[in-house]
Parts: sequence; C-alpha cells; structure tokens
Amino acid sequence: MTDQSKIRNFCIIAHIDHGKSTLADRIIEKTGLLTEREMQDQILDNMELERERGITIKSQAVRVVYKARNGEEYIFNLIDTPGHVDFNYEVSRSLAACDGAILVVDAAQGIEAQTLANVYLALDNDLDVFPVINKIDLPSAQPERVINEIEDIIGIEAQDAPRISAKTGLNIEDVLEQVVERIPAPKGDPKAPLKALIFDSVYDSYKGVIVFCRLMDGTVRKGTNIKMMATGFTAEVVEVGYFGAGQFIPCEELSAGMVGYLTASIKNVRDTRVGDTVTDKNRPCAEALPGYKKVNPMVYCGLYPADGARYGDLRDALEKLQLNDASLFYEPETSVALGFGFRCGFLGLLHLEIIQERLEREYNLDLVTTAPSVIYKVHKTNGEVIDLTNPTNLPDPSEIEYMEEPIVKAEIMVTTEFVGSIMELCQERRGQYQGMEYMEETRAMLRYRLPLNEIIYDFFDALKSRSRGYASLDYELDGYERSDLVKLDILVNKEEVDALSFIVFGGSAYERGRKMCEKLKDEIPRQMFEIPIQAAIGSKIIARETVKALRKDVLAKCYGGDISRKKKLLEKQKEGKKRMRQVGNVEIPQKAFMSVLKLDEN
Amino acid sequence: MPYGQLKDTAFEIYIHIPFCIKKCLYCDFLSAPASGEAVGRYVDALIKEIKAAGKQSGGRVSSVFVGGGTPTVLSEAHLTAIFDALHASFRLEEGAEITVEANPGTLTAGKARALKEAGVNRLSLGLQSVFLKDLRMLGRIHTFEDFLISLDHAQNAGFRNINADLMFALPGQTRKEWEQCLLRTAALPLTHISAYSLILEENTPLYRNHPPLPPEDDEYAMYEDTNDILSACGFTQYEISNYARNGFPCRHNLGYWKRVPYLGLGLGASSLWQETRYKNTSDMPSYLENAQAPLRLQQEKEYLTRRDAMSESMFLGLRLTQGVSKKAFQKDYGIAPEVIYAPIIKKYTETGLLNNQETHLSLTRKGIHVSNTIMAEFLL
Repeated sequence: MTDQSKIRNFCIIAHIDHGKSTLADRIIEKTGLLTEREMQDQILDNMELERERGITIKSQAVRVVYKARNGEEYIFNLIDTPGHVDFNYEVSRSLAACDGAILVVDAAQGIEAQTLANVYLALDNDLDVFPVINKIDLPSAQPERVINEIEDIIGIEAQDAPRISAKTGLNIEDVLEQVVERIPAPKGDPKAPLKALIFDSVYDSYKGVIVFCRLMDGTVRKGTNIKMMATGFTAEVVEVGYFGAGQFIPCEELSAGMVGYLTASIKNVRDTRVGDTVTDKNRPCAEALPGYKKVNPMVYCGLYPADGARYGDLRDALEKLQLNDASLFYEPETSVALGFGFRCGFLGLLHLEIIQERLEREYNLDLVTTAPSVIYKVHKTNGEVIDLTNPTNLPDPSEIEYMEEPIVKAEIMVTTEFVGSIMELCQERRGQYQGMEYMEETRAMLRYRLPLNEIIYDFFDALKSRSRGYASLDYELDGYERSDLVKLDILVNKEEVDALSFIVFGGSAYERGRKMCEKLKDEIPRQMFEIPIQAAIGSKIIARETVKALRKDVLAKCYGGDISRKKKLLEKQKEGKKRMRQVGNVEIPQKAFMSVLKLDEN
Repeated sequence: MPYGQLKDTAFEIYIHIPFCIKKCLYCDFLSAPASGEAVGRYVDALIKEIKAAGKQSGGRVSSVFVGGGTPTVLSEAHLTAIFDALHASFRLEEGAEITVEANPGTLTAGKARALKEAGVNRLSLGLQSVFLKDLRMLGRIHTFEDFLISLDHAQNAGFRNINADLMFALPGQTRKEWEQCLLRTAALPLTHISAYSLILEENTPLYRNHPPLPPEDDEYAMYEDTNDILSACGFTQYEISNYARNGFPCRHNLGYWKRVPYLGLGLGASSLWQETRYKNTSDMPSYLENAQAPLRLQQEKEYLTRRDAMSESMFLGLRLTQGVSKKAFQKDYGIAPEVIYAPIIKKYTETGLLNNQETHLSLTRKGIHVSNTIMAEFLL
C-alpha cells in the first residue's frame, strides 16, 4: 500500500494564458516520467481544439513520481482544471479532489478576475494555495509588483513564491519542492467504508465510462460492488488504475488519499455525474461528500444541419459527444425555416462554441445555429410556470401573467482608465451596479448584477473591445427576476421566420429589431422581387428594411466558345443557392441566421 | 443534334491568335503583345496543328471564326498561309461563314484584300465606343476615325458582311452617350452589332482602377435603349448581346448556342467534340512543342453526360431571343423539356420571366436582365 505521507494531490489554477498547461508540461518533464522526445507540446491538453484555443476543456489528471531533494520519492497527482466560467462547477469538483493548489500568476499581467474566482474557489474547498510567478523572462515582467498584488488582494504569503519561466524551464525544481513542502499529504482511512469523489469521466468504446475519482476513505479494487450515491447507479468494478501521461495504467487497488480511475462496464456518463460520491454498495459510507449538484444548461440554441439530409449524422454526433459530456443536452425540434434539428443546452456560450466547433470539425458537419437563449420562466395566468428554452414556444401574450429571466452576479476586473466605458457597457446591458473596489492604484474590480441574456449575445466581445482586451469577467448565477420581456419576430416577405425569433427586454426591442433588419438586409441577396424585412412584436411592426429586387444579372461574352467557363460561373451560382434556406418565396443564406448573433460589430 | 450522334455532322472551327499590339485594360483573355519572331513560330505551329487536326476529323465545316487577340496583327503572308492550310486540310461547306476578327488600326487595305482572297466573307471589328474618352479609358489603341478607315478598307476589299463590337455600362458613361454611340454606329454600313455590357474581370488593370460605373438602373435602361434604338435602325436582336440585319445573324455564334460541335485550334482554344469539352494548353512553349500532335494539347477534358448536355442546351439556348426549341430538345434527348424542368418553368413563367410558348421556351425582356439566375436553375 502506498504511504499516504508520500502523496501530493494538487492542481494548478491560473487565468487563461498565464501558463498553466506549460507549467504542467514542465512538471511532467522534470519528474522524469517521460523523455523529452515523448513530450507532446502540452500533454494535458490532448484535444486538438483545446490546443488551438489555448484553454483546457475537460479536466484530466496525471500521476508522476518525483524524487525530492530529501531523497524521498513522492507521488504527485496533478489534476488539471478547466479555466472558464462556463465550467465553474467542474472546476470546483476538481479542486475538491485536491489537497492543495499552485496559483500561477503572469509576472507581466498580474491577477485577473478569473484568477481571483479560482483562488476563492480553492480556498472555499480548504486547499492550501501557494503562488508561482511565471513568465519572469518577459521584458515586461514585474515580479515584485505581482507579489505585492497577491499579498494585498488575495492575502496569501508570496515572498517565497518561485519565480519561474515555464516556457524555458527556469526554477521548476523550486515549484516541485514547494509542492512537497507546502501541500499537505492526504488523510483518510483506507479501512473505512469506501467514499470517493467523481471529478470527471470519459467514455471509452472498449471499457465504457472511465470514472476519475479521488478516494477520501476506504479502498476499491476489481470486483467491488460500487454505488453512486446521488444517481443510485450500481455496478461491479472491472478495473482500477492511475493516470500515466496520456494513458491509463491498471493497478491492484486504490485506497484513501489516492487519485485514479475505475471502470465498471458503465454505458453512460450520465450515471457517473461529476461531484457524485462512489461508495461500496455492500458497505456504504454514512453520508455522501458535500457539494454535489446536477449541472443544468444555462444557454440554449437550435442546431440544424446545413444540409437537411445530414440530420441523422448530426443526431449520431450529438449522441457521441454526450457520451463524454453529461452537461450537453439536446432534443429534436423542427423549424419552419430550418427544417429538422435539435434544441441544445449548454453550460455557457463557450461550451456552445466548443460543441459547435467539434461537430463541424470532428464530425464534418456544416451547421446553422440559431440565436442563443437563456431559460425564461413564464408564469401563465392559469398559475402554470414553464421553463422556456425556445422563443418559438412562448405562449400567447394573453396567457402570460409575467416572465422572469436569470440574473448573474458579475465581477469585472479592469484597469482604471477603462472603468468608465465598462460601466457604460454594463448600464447599456441593464446592469445593476453593486460596487467597485480598487485592487491597486491602476486596477479595479467592478461588481454588477446583469441579466444573463445580456451576457450571452456579445458581451465578451464588447468587453474586450471597450477595454482594449484588458477587462476580464467572472460570473455566477444569482436567481431569477421579473422583467419586461417581449418576443421579437422577424418577418421576411411578410412571413415569420421562426428561427430568427428571440426574447428581448422591452426597452431594447426597437434597437435590436432595427439592427436585425439592417443586418438581414445586407445578408439576404437581392432576388427577383422586392423583399420587405420587418421586425414585429405581436402584430405591431417596429422596424423595417427592404431588399431591392434584383435588376441585372447577365453574363456577357463567351470568348471563343469557352462555354466551360460560363458553366462554372452558373454552377457556382447554383451552389450558392443550395446553401440557402427557402422561406416562402425567399431564399435566405444560412449565413444570415448566424450573422444576427453578432449585431454590435464594427 | 441528337445527343451522342458523332458521324455525318457539320462542325465549326475556331482559330485563336493570341497576339495584339497592346493588351486592353479590361481584357483578361489569352493574348499578349506580339514580337516578330514569336509570331512566326506560333503561325508555324498553328499550321501544323491545322494539318494534323484535318487528318483526324472528317466531315464538313460549316463555319470558321478566327479570333484573338487581334488576328490582324499577323502579316498578309501569315494570314494567307493559315487559310491555305485550312482549305487544304478541311472540307469547307459551300457558302460556309468565315469570319476574322480585326481591330481598327491593324486592318490595312492589303490585309483586307488578302483576307478576301483567302475566302474570308465576314469581318468583325472591335469598335467598343465612338468616344475617344471611352477608348482611352479602356486602353484601346485606336480612335473612331481609325475604325472608319478600317471599315472603308474592308468595303473596298469587297466585304459586305461586317460586325462592330460595342460596349456599354462603361465607367463614366451616360445614357445619352450610349444612345449617340448606337446611333452613329448603326448609321454605318454594318450587318451586325454586338453590344456587351462591360464586365470588370478581376486581374485586369481596369478592375483595380476605374471611374465609377453607371448605376444599375442606368445599366438596365442602356440595355433596353440598345434594343429600341437598334431595332429602329433595322437591326433585330437574336441573342442576349447580338443584333443583326435581316439574314445576317452570326452563324458561327449561333452554333455555340445550339451545341454544334466545334474544333478549337491554337493556343488555349476551346472545343466541343464528340460530347467532350476541352481546351488546348495555354502554355506557349508546350503548344509550340506539341502542335503537330493535337491530342497532346488537350486539357481540362470534360465528358458531357446526357444530363450535362441537356443543361447546356437550356442555358445556351435561352441566350437566344427565339429560345430553346421544344421540338429540337425532344429530338435530341427523347424527352420534352417541360417534363424535366416542370417546377422551374412554372416558377419563372408565373413570375413573368420566362415565355412558355407552343414551340419554344424563351426569356422575357424582364427575364433577360436576370438571365444568370434563371439559367443557373436549369443546370441539372
């Protein structure tokens, strides 16, 4: 049995781009588990997409062996955490699987909103946190300033913080030594009833679901009858093991304090929810670990195959993605304009974008996405309350008593020179000012309550563009509030286009409607007749534009009988038509459905 | 011609001369300024190709069109040699239409006589505009007066079937100017006028740098003016951009729209031969090397299936004012066009863009303006 005092379970927390993955790579490299040749650039981020975006989507873990300066060998379980607010819950469960955390702060940029959010999350989970100052090789590095900032803002001691360059490998040993010294060894009784925290799971077509867990108490081995305490799912363990770099290494047993995986021929990740407690069915622990919650999608949108014939392919792809992503929700829906597709639920906008990209890239699907929507609570006059995820399903106004929308608590960190423009942005987006704190002379933390629906359109983009990229945002759901909401419909050539309907704050309806019409006017090519584009609330038209009729479209000379060239041009024209959706008599390019998602461009 | 019928059919010949004195600013066609030696080598190669192709293809030739570039940059001797080779290698039908393109300034009295003697019976002159400002803007090397002189040479040499090319919707052009251009051209001893709206092609100097184009509504009106003015002057429109006096439509061009087979000879020339479309190489060294073996020149070969051929019959035939003959279509493909294209025909007949007459399918005046959109839908 492994000596608990020689185990260190920890994670790395950092703002995006502050060098978390690079540090993880160096740790793996320095602990000698892999030769340099075997090193992929960033081992923990093994999904192609993650690498391109420079962020980590799914948490993963790796076990390495470190021979410390005191001559002892230590087992490090490094648990990687996603770095985005959409995955906040997953982050919190990953943190709960650790005993300590390395806080990586960029020596040039200092603390960001996301950093703070994650540090607080770590402290909430009783983790011991020690800071590391990264990128000290940058000319713009100001380690002293950043150290003071860490002490002032977070209140943890930072004078001893290793000053490193994860990129060049400078001072990585200091980090490893501090892991041994400053992160506590796990506790827990290997003989007590089994109590293990699920912090992630992936689906493997041979082994079924592979459950990533941290053992708090007890021991699990092949043949153990396990039970998931929240879902009630039971199964017999087929294999246990730990995480090599990029591979699963089976072992005899996992005991209290260890991090590893188990498989039990589980068919569906929904049975192995992140945050759930695994126990022994025959000898259950007294109570489950705290903190479990079922994560629910926050943002919904319609996904449709560009080519209607690929509906089946889209369904299969969603099914496969869901095997690995219990938070992805989908159900079939039909749109008059877009045909057969799915209403999908996501943790947030980034999650939506990631799924969309994976569908397009890994499954080679061409998609049309409708405007994202939050879940509105519609209180009907008959006392019924419905959760509205698709604007099309909004009941008749006469049946609606009132509506509520989700509100978030947002924290925005920004340099003081942009405070004014960010406050203005928040005000435009119906934000309620909650306060502002100065982190240091030049930086402030703004606190706002904002309707989630104002955030999911283009808030991130607006935030970045109004702060020259310096503002960072963190938010969490903070309940529902009654609000003046209306459904805005778009009529193209007098016909309502269901896929373009959306719910909007009454006060913004005119502005939004006008912008939609303008945008659509640019996106819909001129056709044989004049096309009115109108925005309407109920039967009231609030904005209108017109696409003029096409007057000229003639190909002139066919030089020297070069018919092929002419034919190619016509074929191109025909191809373009294929990518259009027919709504009544009008052909609407698929691009048009997407273009309305970003109305505030330029 | 019934699809797939290969034997006993008359065909057309197109000969490409890829040289000019100076490339026009709007031109993206295969041509380059000529140097004496290069021209000589090209004509030698062309003659080899003509001879070799003549051996391989039997049958009668119904029309010949020599285009460019500017064929009349060639010397009298070169022109004569090419036609000698042509007559020696192919069986030209009696009364076959033989056209040569000529640009004002390059057609001398001597060349006009040489062409006439070589059996040429039709000339196509590139005028483009009667106004100097337009000609300069387009990068043309001649004036309206040069055109009149060339026309005079042509007539003196005995040519009676002469076309002039005009262009409208030019940058900076007004409706009034176009009207003047048409009236002054129509007053000349011409049998045929081609009037194309200027298409700015990418990769041309004019595309990159030009005065503002007339607004779309003006372009629309100019097209309508063309028909009104020319018909008042005795020209009848028979194709999207072509107008002719009675009995003088260009037979060679009609052949393209009716899918008569044609053999393209010379650099980059296109052919429709045995239901296959292909092009000769556009690479001069490779052309010079392989001209005696025409098969080696062929590129971008595309075999046309029955569906391809049907699509072509429609989108090419709709260019003609008369339209697509239902009877001919039925004869060529064994099926009526109304059967294959029922929904499209219905859609465009209802919207007033297509005429579905008893014998023909044709574009309406309204339909001509948006012909691309309609033709694209006839692709199968």
